Amino acid sequence: MSKIKIIKDKCIGCGLCISACPVDAIKLIDKKAVIDLDKCTLCKACLESCKFDAIEIKEQTKKAKDLSDYKGVWVFAENSNGNIAPVVFELLNKARQLADDLGTEVSAILLGHGIEKKAEELIQRGADKVYLVDSKDLGHYISENYTIKIAELIEKYKPEILLAGATTTGRSLAARIAVKCYTGLTADCTGLEIDKDKKILIQTRPAFGGNIMAQIISPNFRPQMATVRHKVMPEAKPDPARKGEIIKESFDSTNVDKRIKFLDFVKEDVSTVNLAEADVIVSGGRGLGSPENFKIIEELAKNLDAAIGSSRACVDAGWIPYSHQVGQTGRTVCPKIYIACGISGQIQHLVGMQSADLIIAINKDPDAPIFKVADYGIVGDLFKVIPLLSKKLKEAKSPK
Amino acid sequence: LGNAGKKDMMHIVVCIKQVPDTTEVKINPETNTLIREGVDSIINPFDTYAIEEALRLRDKFGGKVTAITMGPPQAETVLRDAISLGVDSAILVSDRAFAGSDTWSTSLILSKALTKMDNFDLVICGKQASDGDTAQVGPGIATHLNLPQATYVRRVDSLHLDTSPKVIVVERLLEEGYEMLEVRLPALITVVKEINEPRMPSLRGKMKAKGAQIDVWKNSDLAIEENEIGLEGSPTQVVKIFSPPKKEGGKIFEGEPAETVDKLVKEIKDIL
Repeated sequence: MSKIKIIKDKCIGCGLCISACPVDAIKLIDKKAVIDLDKCTLCKACLESCKFDAIEIKEQTKKAKDLSDYKGVWVFAENSNGNIAPVVFELLNKARQLADDLGTEVSAILLGHGIEKKAEELIQRGADKVYLVDSKDLGHYISENYTIKIAELIEKYKPEILLAGATTTGRSLAARIAVKCYTGLTADCTGLEIDKDKKILIQTRPAFGGNIMAQIISPNFRPQMATVRHKVMPEAKPDPARKGEIIKESFDSTNVDKRIKFLDFVKEDVSTVNLAEADVIVSGGRGLGSPENFKIIEELAKNLDAAIGSSRACVDAGWIPYSHQVGQTGRTVCPKIYIACGISGQIQHLVGMQSADLIIAINKDPDAPIFKVADYGIVGDLFKVIPLLSKKLKEAKSPK
Repeated sequence: LGNAGKKDMMHIVVCIKQVPDTTEVKINPETNTLIREGVDSIINPFDTYAIEEALRLRDKFGGKVTAITMGPPQAETVLRDAISLGVDSAILVSDRAFAGSDTWSTSLILSKALTKMDNFDLVICGKQASDGDTAQVGPGIATHLNLPQATYVRRVDSLHLDTSPKVIVVERLLEEGYEMLEVRLPALITVVKEINEPRMPSLRGKMKAKGAQIDVWKNSDLAIEENEIGLEGSPTQVVKIFSPPKKEGGKIFEGEPAETVDKLVKEIKDIL
């Protein structure tokens, strides 16, 4: 019994599926496509490519559990040092829409120490309920401890959807919870909506470094889990008049995972390094020529309250620390404005920044690939253009 | 780097993945599908750092490194690459029944393979794979095996093999800085690029890789229930793949810096 098959009557032997197959598993034999099942990974790329519906895949048939008990949309209220992570407000906004479409309520799950007063803030931003677990054992985020408690809450209250930010914390945590609860998890979503007929969550996310988009569902498992990319969705605005319920839950100290010990946290200069939070990023590339020349990038960044990014070339040359690297092997960023200075735009760099709302490129080579993704570009000598741009933007921003 | 004793035979397992070279993946504008013809298969870039870190720890503390991958038969190539770099042995986990597995099922399959191996002290994965970009399989394996985890590790501070219990101290890269964790072994870590600079294969390594015996484990070796693997066992389903909305052509200014800068500032000043 194979899970994928070619319907021979429909196949015209056009070969589109052959070029779509990433693992070279399809061949034409007697003008019909034939799939080598030893090579096929069931990735479905061919399904998409076939214009004649000639490829069939056997979908999941089982029902994992009784799903009707699962109700409500949950948001993991990530926090550190007593502050709610900004992505949480974006999740609450989206959760509100999803819950309204499903006719259900939004709950936030807030774990930490000394964070009780933050529950109100979550209610103001759209939570109907806050499950609050305030414990000295949860003061610092440890995946194992948080997983135990959240899995327990899921078991007890049965949410149908659970959202977390696609942050280092959210991604490490959600992956553990999903395995523990045997449910589906979609990483780094940029779109979420409800299929109103089936009442399920449709999750859209980039793959292959943003070169393609995929829509993913987990129809037979609950909760449907997703981590969501920061700065893609708008924040919920606070409404001081909103009322909600705070449900206190306790953490059993004997559940602390003694195998992991938190030793220390070292904060880096957040204003220039926190690429995830920055609305504006100014990035420098090989075109700068030397590490000293990052000064002009710093100057422009300062005038725009921007974080500083970099291409891989500068990091590899030791001009700037790795934490600034944008791109495939660095960070993926999604600011409102990305200014690429002296960056040619290798695909490895583009996949890390092409989802920025607005891209500005400055490069002396008019054929540089960065101009293909840029909304605005200046072809010119960056040592002349950038200082001038710094000055003009400063003037434009300051009140006349 | 710690006070580890050499007498202890440490076993490190590196989980790697064969991926299409993302940089070559393009969309056919007419059919709106991926053109992956002629696209090379490579070792996931992040996994090269995982391999390097395993080799460095082995070279310092003694022991052995095993590389493991799950994939179709041709994924064997990345295991030979790993051996050419200095990995001691390699296992290919491959079965038609595994095809279509999502991160839940994949991490289950890899965890069962790890269970079948000799006792290991440390599992190292790249922070994520460049095709799926999920970063879920590492923590998934850790959870299936009930191992403690440290993700996004940018530095191994020290390894203590003569303490009881054995521990590893690592730095995790976070959005606002980094944190230090002490994690008891056996543990799983995922690593970022900053952790090291991977070596190139030696000629001797390449020779060794050519003739190396690579064990293939099928599901009959792992005995996982059919309803927990492949499309059937995977909670998530891909409904459709499409190309992202195309960007409109941008406005590119050429000429004297004074003019071009003025034009740009005029365009963008309202949104700043």
